[in-house]
Amino acid sequence: MARMKFLCDADRCIECQACVTACKNEHEVPWGINRRRVVTLNDGLPGERSVSMACMHCTDAPCAAVCPVKCFYTTADAVVLHNKDTCIGCGYCSYACPFGAPQYPQTANFGTRGKMDKCTYCSGGPEPDMSQAEYVKYGANRLAEGKLPICAEMCSTKALLAGDGDIIAEIYRERVVTRGYGSGAWGWRTAYGETVTV
Amino acid sequence: MTFLTRLLASFALVLALSLTAPMASAQVNPTQSSVTEDALFQALGTGPVAGRTTIPDGNAGYLIKPENKAWAALQGQTLHTLSIVAVVGMLALLTLFYLLRGKIRVDAGLSGRTILRFNAIERFAHWTLATTFIILALTGLNLIIGKTVIMPLIGEAAFGSLSTAGKIAHNYLAWPFMISVLLIFLLWVVHNLPNKVDLEWIKQGGGLLKKGVHPPAKKFNAGQKVIFWTVVLGGAALSYTGVMLLFPADAGTFADWQFYQTVHALVAAAMSAIVIAHIYIGSVGMEGAFDAMGSGEVDENWAKEHHSLWVEEVKGQSATAKPSAATTPAE
Repeated sequence: MARMKFLCDADRCIECQACVTACKNEHEVPWGINRRRVVTLNDGLPGERSVSMACMHCTDAPCAAVCPVKCFYTTADAVVLHNKDTCIGCGYCSYACPFGAPQYPQTANFGTRGKMDKCTYCSGGPEPDMSQAEYVKYGANRLAEGKLPICAEMCSTKALLAGDGDIIAEIYRERVVTRGYGSGAWGWRTAYGETVTV
Repeated sequence: MTFLTRLLASFALVLALSLTAPMASAQVNPTQSSVTEDALFQALGTGPVAGRTTIPDGNAGYLIKPENKAWAALQGQTLHTLSIVAVVGMLALLTLFYLLRGKIRVDAGLSGRTILRFNAIERFAHWTLATTFIILALTGLNLIIGKTVIMPLIGEAAFGSLSTAGKIAHNYLAWPFMISVLLIFLLWVVHNLPNKVDLEWIKQGGGLLKKGVHPPAKKFNAGQKVIFWTVVLGGAALSYTGVMLLFPADAGTFADWQFYQTVHALVAAAMSAIVIAHIYIGSVGMEGAFDAMGSGEVDENWAKEHHSLWVEEVKGQSATAKPSAATTPAE
């Protein structure tokens, strides 16, 4: 099976926020929840770069290590998913996540944390693929339809890449060689313990 | 005149061009001189990579926080092990103590006469604190070891529902807990200031280890003072860190949350272990001890053995109070 990963080519990202919007629309994510966000480094300075970031679907995911109810699981595609029926909204995964992926709706009394929501790599949750129950809790399951995550698929500059880790790493490597520079595979060392070397 | 102006102007132009020339050549490819992840990591060490984002939440500006994995290992492994060691270790110690020493009896036997040790307000404060603490400790412990102990027994779905109920109980019972810690502090702080009597009590091991040894003590002995200060100081630490964890948006960033969670877990583990010992000695561990918090009335012989100075105080008060009451009408 493929080892799915995200790779944001920051030298191409134009901070248009379309990935953020497309994600919200595709999954009908509640107000105040951002499964994906764009962070701009050195904003307004020479050499400014923007990186689109969501759950990186880590190898040995820290969120799964700290979860008190073991609601995380890794799929055959190496996508890190969670079971919202088991989740108690304790917040530990958000303390542990290096990428700020876990989000919480304010559903309980006094605006306390509801069940955690995060990027599913457009592959739903434990419910049957493409079922209504799955859609309501986790959003669309594009992977089950044979499609890649919407954020990467509609990226206008093809900065955000999704797919098998080896393939997108090779695409990025070719780009860096052709244009002569690259700011790196953001988050890869932290998420997968390795980065793309050129 | 005009010649001189032209000369000066042309000189200035040459000067200006010579100054701007190196800057122009540096701007040949501005995209190339970008910030790279490697350079940032080298500059920041393990610090977070942060930038600007359009989301109002300030924490969303953190792009990568590699050091979070260190906390994940601490929480997922070290705190997990420490909590189990604290609780199971104390239970084992107490079982050993019970087997060696047995139940501590009242040496002189029960007298049948009782003295009021704790009034209704004191008992109310104690039992509010006790019940909330036990529920908070169990629901908290569930977050640490529930996944290895309870989850395999009842399955993921039932364990999820149980833990959700536990989280709600933990969040709401924290408030009566905090109020009763304050109440206990106000009621008993006067009796729990350390003094010379405590040194003697500690020297004799509190009479816990040998039969028939009963060092003098006032209303609270040194051991009980340790429990008092553990509960007050530990309770204050748990309250503060707990409120911070309840309202993380007002408690800073991820580094603060991790710190509060670690302190909360460590203090809770230590306090649980100490309170287990307290429960033991107040119930099965010592004859006549439970009555102090049960009915509030303790047997006189129990009181004389364990709180001799306090008995003298109480008896002295009632002895001096009676004659004065008798003389009042004569005046």
